[in-house]
Amino acid sequence: MSGFSHPVLPGRHLLAIEGLEPPHISALLDLAESYALLNRQGKTQRDLLKGRTLINLFFEDSTRTRTSFELAGKRLGADIVNMSVSTSSVNKGETLLDTAATLNAMNTDLLVVRHSQSGAPALLAQKVDAAVINAGDGTHEHPTQALLDALTIRRRKGRLEGLLVAICGDVLHSRVARSNIHLLSTMGARVRLVGPPTLIPAEASRLGVEVHHDMRAGLEGADVVMMLRLQRERMAAGLVPSAREFFRFYGLDAAKLRHARPDAIVMHPGPMNRGVEIDSAIADDPERSVIGEQVEMGVAVRMAVLDVLARELRRNA
Amino acid sequence: MRPLLITNARLLDPASGLDAPGALLVENGRIASLAGAPAEGAEVLDAGGALLCPGLVDMRAALGEPGAEHRETIASAAEAAAAGGITTLCVLPDTDPALDDPALIEFVIRRGDATGSVTLLPYAAATKGCAGQELSEYGLLREAGAIAFTDGRRAIASARLMRLALSYARGFGAMVVQHPEEPSLAQGGAATEGELATRMGLPGIPAAAEAIMVARDIALARLTGGHVHFAHVSTAAALALIRAAKAEGLRVTADTAPPYFDLNETAIGDFRSYAKLSPPLRREEDRLAVLAALGDGTLDAIASDHQPRDADDKRLPFAQAEAGGAGLATLLGVTLAQVHNGALPLAQALGLVTCRPAALLGIEAGRLAVGAPADLCLIALERAWQVKAGQLPGKAQNSPFDGRALEGRVIATFKGGRRVFG
Repeated sequence: MSGFSHPVLPGRHLLAIEGLEPPHISALLDLAESYALLNRQGKTQRDLLKGRTLINLFFEDSTRTRTSFELAGKRLGADIVNMSVSTSSVNKGETLLDTAATLNAMNTDLLVVRHSQSGAPALLAQKVDAAVINAGDGTHEHPTQALLDALTIRRRKGRLEGLLVAICGDVLHSRVARSNIHLLSTMGARVRLVGPPTLIPAEASRLGVEVHHDMRAGLEGADVVMMLRLQRERMAAGLVPSAREFFRFYGLDAAKLRHARPDAIVMHPGPMNRGVEIDSAIADDPERSVIGEQVEMGVAVRMAVLDVLARELRRNA
Repeated sequence: MRPLLITNARLLDPASGLDAPGALLVENGRIASLAGAPAEGAEVLDAGGALLCPGLVDMRAALGEPGAEHRETIASAAEAAAAGGITTLCVLPDTDPALDDPALIEFVIRRGDATGSVTLLPYAAATKGCAGQELSEYGLLREAGAIAFTDGRRAIASARLMRLALSYARGFGAMVVQHPEEPSLAQGGAATEGELATRMGLPGIPAAAEAIMVARDIALARLTGGHVHFAHVSTAAALALIRAAKAEGLRVTADTAPPYFDLNETAIGDFRSYAKLSPPLRREEDRLAVLAALGDGTLDAIASDHQPRDADDKRLPFAQAEAGGAGLATLLGVTLAQVHNGALPLAQALGLVTCRPAALLGIEAGRLAVGAPADLCLIALERAWQVKAGQLPGKAQNSPFDGRALEGRVIATFKGGRRVFG
């Protein structure tokens, strides 16, 4: 990869999409695009992060995101350690800062953090010397997911600007939705949120999006349909009466998808609840579903992020 | 004790409207004269033109004692209070154990007296253990010295229990202080629901949680004839209800705390847990409504709402961090900020932290009058300082005002004529 003469990102961490400007996002996506190509050719860049230590610090279970970061790091030659910290311990917060002190003492270079609490990676970032990458914090942000979604869309549609993207389902609890809202609107796409009022966050329209409670109207003319996972706890909390009612009104099936543009693509951050938010026939339709490509782009995007932050480490060394 | 003559002062008594240069004579712990008559053998203190007003009456503060002495003790709180010009401090009962027994009330009063610098007036638990299940012994607690009844940070959730509390307290001439927040709407929330909480991915508490509880309790005050007092009111909607209830002649009163007229929700940006309070900081419209209500008399007092927290309580992801801010040392300074920016006249602002809460509580404090206790506060009105968490007096350093530049500083505090600060 060619070197950048100036920093790609505004800070030494990647904690959120909110605050990034179009040039930051474009630069990351361009770099990720080239990594996607290399990955397909089976080529690696094992010298780039040689001697760098990457720790996957997961306070919340995740197989795919952790594996994706692990693969990305390995393809760039980093030394990788996976740490899963139980969230069941009573003093979660103490664990967090104690862990930060421990990792600092180990001279970690890159720290990938997932935590059930919004703002936890930001708190950690104040206490460690490593570059912190937010791999999902509470209901706040999941920046690399939004980047991989954007890369997938860009590859399929050739652009982000001017596209109509419908983000559907449990937006209230979704960090994926928040990061996507910020990224897509920053890049000039139109964003619609579609879901029952109980699952749309307060004053969502002030984030510069349109809000729809009728899925057919929400999908009308959409270029991209992005489905979100509905967790079972939402039913228990009374936000949605039942899974079958949710599927009837907000699950993506062929009939509802007909309202989107004929060439609309369907996305899902995974893991899917088939028959709850998405019909299997749609999820597995090679013409519409790009869910597999999202996973592929995930590795490329994370390689780009690690690469860029490691350059910053060198610059500041 | 020798008589003390404070000369060359600007005497300001919000209760009487006195605001004039003069001298004040203290004899036997009480104010002996405001006429400047020199006394035989008196110690003379030249105030250098500084403002002399009654010592502050803070009607709402939590102390760590008993039960959480690692956060604050009565002694450390007394130190902070003296530095903040506070000479009378009403303390909350949701301690560990809760102040629901006459012996505990007497204990707190005695510990306050032992400091020599501040009178502690404990609230008693409105319900046993502040658990919201059954009424505590209002008569016995009142006899022991309880100033009023409240469950502190916990709302009295059951309408039936609140009705009983208001009725029963009325028989003993006491008010019931409510934390006005409907618990089922507030549960799990960390910030005021709205755009900012949505952006930060924080669980929200709708501002309406306050108005709903206020509306309910006003109806119960009407039903029972009891006196309900709403603590730390923070929303325009609740203030409108309180304004209307007062106009109707109901026994409804309310206070607010400095964060609610000095800060808005943006102070929690970047997940700043020192600005996590209960109730949460509100939006700008609400802040302006609180200021207006201070100006038009809807709000009866400004209380520090001191809630000591230590680093372990606060250095956590925002939603897990404990709510609460230290407030004793900044009560006066932040209140005076509204004088300096023209929002409140000086006498009115000082009245909100002296004679008005004193009148509400029915106590002999907060006045510059001959015969009144010589609890005094000497203030350099224009002296600038900066709030620095870590360097505040007392143990609790969790100030939501960390970094705030203020104008107006206490230079001396007197309790019963004895200099306890400065």
